[in-house]
Amino acid sequence: MRQRLSSFFSWGYFIAIYAFIFLPVVVLVLFSFQDGNLPIPPFNGFTLKWYAEVFADDKLTDALLNSLSVAFFSSLIACLLGFFAAYGLARYRLPATAFQRVLLTAPMTVSYLIIALGLLVLFNWAGVRLSLWTVGVGHVVINLPLCFAIIYASMGDHQKNIERAARDLGANSLQVMALVTAPMLMPSIMAAFFLSLTFSWDEFIIAFLLSRFDVTLPVEIWSLLRSGLNPKTNAIGSVVFLMSAVLLVLLEIFVFRGKSKHDG
Amino acid sequence: MTASLKLQNITQKFGDFTAIDNMSLDIDAGEFIVLLGPSGCGKSTLLSIIGGFLTPSSGRVLIDDKDMTFVPPSIRPTTTMFQDYALFPHMTLRDNVAFGLRMRSIGRTTRASKAEEFLDMVGLKDSANRKPHELSGGQRQRVALARALAVDPDLLLLDEPLGALDMKLRRQMQDELKAIQKDIGTTFIHVTHDQEEAMAIADRIVVMNSGVIEDVGKPTDIYRYPRSKFTAGFMGEVNFIPGKVIAKRSDEYDVETVFGILTLPASAFTAGTPNVGDAASLCIRPEQFRPTADDVYQRVLSQADIIEGAFFGTHFRCQLKPARSPELVLIAHLPQTSQMQIGDSIDLLVNLADIIAVPPSL
Repeated sequence: MRQRLSSFFSWGYFIAIYAFIFLPVVVLVLFSFQDGNLPIPPFNGFTLKWYAEVFADDKLTDALLNSLSVAFFSSLIACLLGFFAAYGLARYRLPATAFQRVLLTAPMTVSYLIIALGLLVLFNWAGVRLSLWTVGVGHVVINLPLCFAIIYASMGDHQKNIERAARDLGANSLQVMALVTAPMLMPSIMAAFFLSLTFSWDEFIIAFLLSRFDVTLPVEIWSLLRSGLNPKTNAIGSVVFLMSAVLLVLLEIFVFRGKSKHDG
Repeated sequence: MTASLKLQNITQKFGDFTAIDNMSLDIDAGEFIVLLGPSGCGKSTLLSIIGGFLTPSSGRVLIDDKDMTFVPPSIRPTTTMFQDYALFPHMTLRDNVAFGLRMRSIGRTTRASKAEEFLDMVGLKDSANRKPHELSGGQRQRVALARALAVDPDLLLLDEPLGALDMKLRRQMQDELKAIQKDIGTTFIHVTHDQEEAMAIADRIVVMNSGVIEDVGKPTDIYRYPRSKFTAGFMGEVNFIPGKVIAKRSDEYDVETVFGILTLPASAFTAGTPNVGDAASLCIRPEQFRPTADDVYQRVLSQADIIEGAFFGTHFRCQLKPARSPELVLIAHLPQTSQMQIGDSIDLLVNLADIIAVPPSL
């Protein structure tokens, strides 16, 4: 009896917590198919017309492409810089290693708003005009600490000996990094890359404050929202969600599969 | 290819700690050298210096009479076989073995066929497309050997390569290493703390202790005629009997011991001729005792009681309490066929020609 009861409660808790997390998304996705002008109950019927409108809207599709390219390139740069930083700190004796590590990861604790304001002031002062490039710079700033932390954590002493072997067989430092270290760390580099992608893809505050004429998707959605709710915003929201979900699946495939293979 | 190696006055300091203390050593081209010593004796440090991973605090490294002290590992004519194999986990065995050739800008097809040749040499030709994690320890070992040899080094450095293998596999790999070394003629420098392994494979053994060379020589000489108490003890079980040189006659010395006065030839003093009055440690290996006299074993040291004994297959290992010196417990390996019981009293016979004498301090 007691066991039944506890099993009942644990199932109840299980359902409640996932409902709490995913119900908003379910509602969002459901009403993106609403056959009517308001994305609120009751559900009137099923239509794809809002999706058609989304993809017919040049501003939205432009914003979507902008978001994708900012996410891709900023993540690439964040990963590259994170890898170099991790390699340097793990493999060379540098002054104040611990302090440098803290410096590199510190931006993680600073709110996006503060980072965006700081960059805004800096760009103004330096006379850099706001564009997708400045948004990208902002995203590198927030993702670099993450990339560094993930890649640094996966660098062990065992790999050190493997790198020694490569050097012993005639590889120079660049070849060691490109042909041995990076491929060995590929699972964690991919993890860092995909996590950066998802963070950059739906980031709003920095993208909002550091862009002007060309904007990313979250910023475009925000301006859409100012004219009120309609199922079209639901449709574009669902697209954003779908994209993030795809990235997460890719992360799972690349990282966790790769990991079990290499550690084995 | 092959080359000679000269180490000249190598000293390596880590802070206040001296890992290697003014060490000099000449190795001929094509020799199989084993650096033997307990952990912490500096043998792996020395190997790192030869391989170029460490620059010594002072001294010079000459390979083929060319100064290589400051030449980085990537362009030294040496390769190292690491203790943990250090294979590239993301590459196939073929790519692992071909890596060094790739770094020497050798074309894809040439290096692939050469890599397969070396995999064939170590009996892994059929596994060329597999990755290291699919292999057993012994197989990884072979891949590491093939990879190190594929670039045709003048010197192959082996850093305790057999440490992780079980006994049977280790014996087998020792034989293979020896055969391959004979075949290709490359100078091998092999580090180990296992004296049996050292004797099994070495042309010459270099015994190291606390950063200095204790002894250099052929395995038989190192074992039979060690030049220090440390070497005698490290190369296998040995009984030390304290003594004192009391008289010198042309080429013989009288040594006073608890077992009476033993007369030893000058050649028994491996560390150099002693002076009258010097203390000496006489070394007798356990297998140099016999319970019954014959033409060779004639000198009775003492009556002795067997206080402990076990059958080891090849011999009986006994602990003996000699009547003339009960506080001195001796170890003897008595013949397999001897019918010994604990509590038996035997004559402890030796051949005086077997006994050597070393300085008593380490």
